[in-house]
Amino acid sequence: MIAARGLAKRFGDRRVFSDLDVDVPPDGFLLVTGPNGSGKTTLLRILARLSAPTAGTLELPPRETIGYLGHEPLVYRELTPLENLTLFGRLYGVPERGERVGMLLERFGLWEVRHDRVATLSRGMQQRLGFCRVLLHEPALLVLDEPTNALDAHGLALLDALLDDARTVVVATHDPHRFDRRASARLAFA
Amino acid sequence: MRYVRDSAALARKDVLLELRAKETLPSMLLFVVAAFTIFHFALPRGTGDVAARGLLWSALVFTALLGLTRAFVAEREQSMFDALVLAPCDRSAIWLGKTIAVLAFLAAAEVVALPAFAAFFHGLDARTVAAVALADVGIASVGTLFGAMAVAGRARELLLPLLFLPAAVPIVVGGVGRYLWFLALYDAIFVVLSWAMFEYVVAEA
Repeated sequence: MIAARGLAKRFGDRRVFSDLDVDVPPDGFLLVTGPNGSGKTTLLRILARLSAPTAGTLELPPRETIGYLGHEPLVYRELTPLENLTLFGRLYGVPERGERVGMLLERFGLWEVRHDRVATLSRGMQQRLGFCRVLLHEPALLVLDEPTNALDAHGLALLDALLDDARTVVVATHDPHRFDRRASARLAFA
Repeated sequence: MRYVRDSAALARKDVLLELRAKETLPSMLLFVVAAFTIFHFALPRGTGDVAARGLLWSALVFTALLGLTRAFVAEREQSMFDALVLAPCDRSAIWLGKTIAVLAFLAAAEVVALPAFAAFFHGLDARTVAAVALADVGIASVGTLFGAMAVAGRARELLLPLLFLPAAVPIVVGGVGRYLWFLALYDAIFVVLSWAMFEYVVAEA
């Protein structure tokens, strides 16, 4: 699913990482850990096709099969959950969009607030909406950057259920114990 | 057909965001009406048509710049460019959707601005209105491209005027002279260029 050789990323004179090899087979689970600023987010952005590496070779699945959740839920705050998911469902070409959106809103406990502006929702609810956006197109590869951010116990249970159903996953986290049992590979930035 | 539907959905989203936030259009309206009011009292009596048209075009270009600085606020502040770029739609559809929305805001501002200009100065003829309509297409297309480039840059607030104002000089020349063919040619060139270049701009963003 993911095969990277000699991956490097620089921002100007600053080297984020270099000579990095990453292998994630289909149905694999890569756990990425490390302190702030060590390059976790940069790597995940590269794996989500949001950024290009400075050097190295990289094999990734097509863009339409990747679901990415960054530090932000990546939804419009002035739109409602329903409007956000309908928009992204259209952009992803999701078939039977209405049903899929409704099912995800129900699953993540957002059906009751589907007509409320995202800006009025709690940060945890926004994160759950981010999960809905990520899952809309049933991606083969999930790339999640600090997915436990702002989640309460119910939100964490929903995240666990999401990961139970997921195929290939890359997670960057400061809480590796939560994902330890799932991890098939680990990458620790110094 | 999917391309058109994606662009329309993105344009609708921008219009909806503006209807909810009510930030861009009121600022544009206030600016352009205030500018005409100032020009009206600043200009000596008996000023010629060409000078008045020059003021009209200056006000319109700066009003457009005001709108363009707000065009990518959600994408910048909420990292929504990532979400849009991740989607497997044609990236130029993002440009087209935003351009249509910017065009709609410009047209809405001009619905008030042009009658205000006519009231303050020497009236308005059909040729000037046609020139404004043609200029809007060029302003929206090139301004959206530069707006996206500015989002990726560090000195965002500085970058957009630095890129946009030089590109708007031909629009002012064509507008003041009411050279409709020149404005149409500008539109044809810059619509195609902006459409084709947007993919590379967001790839670097």
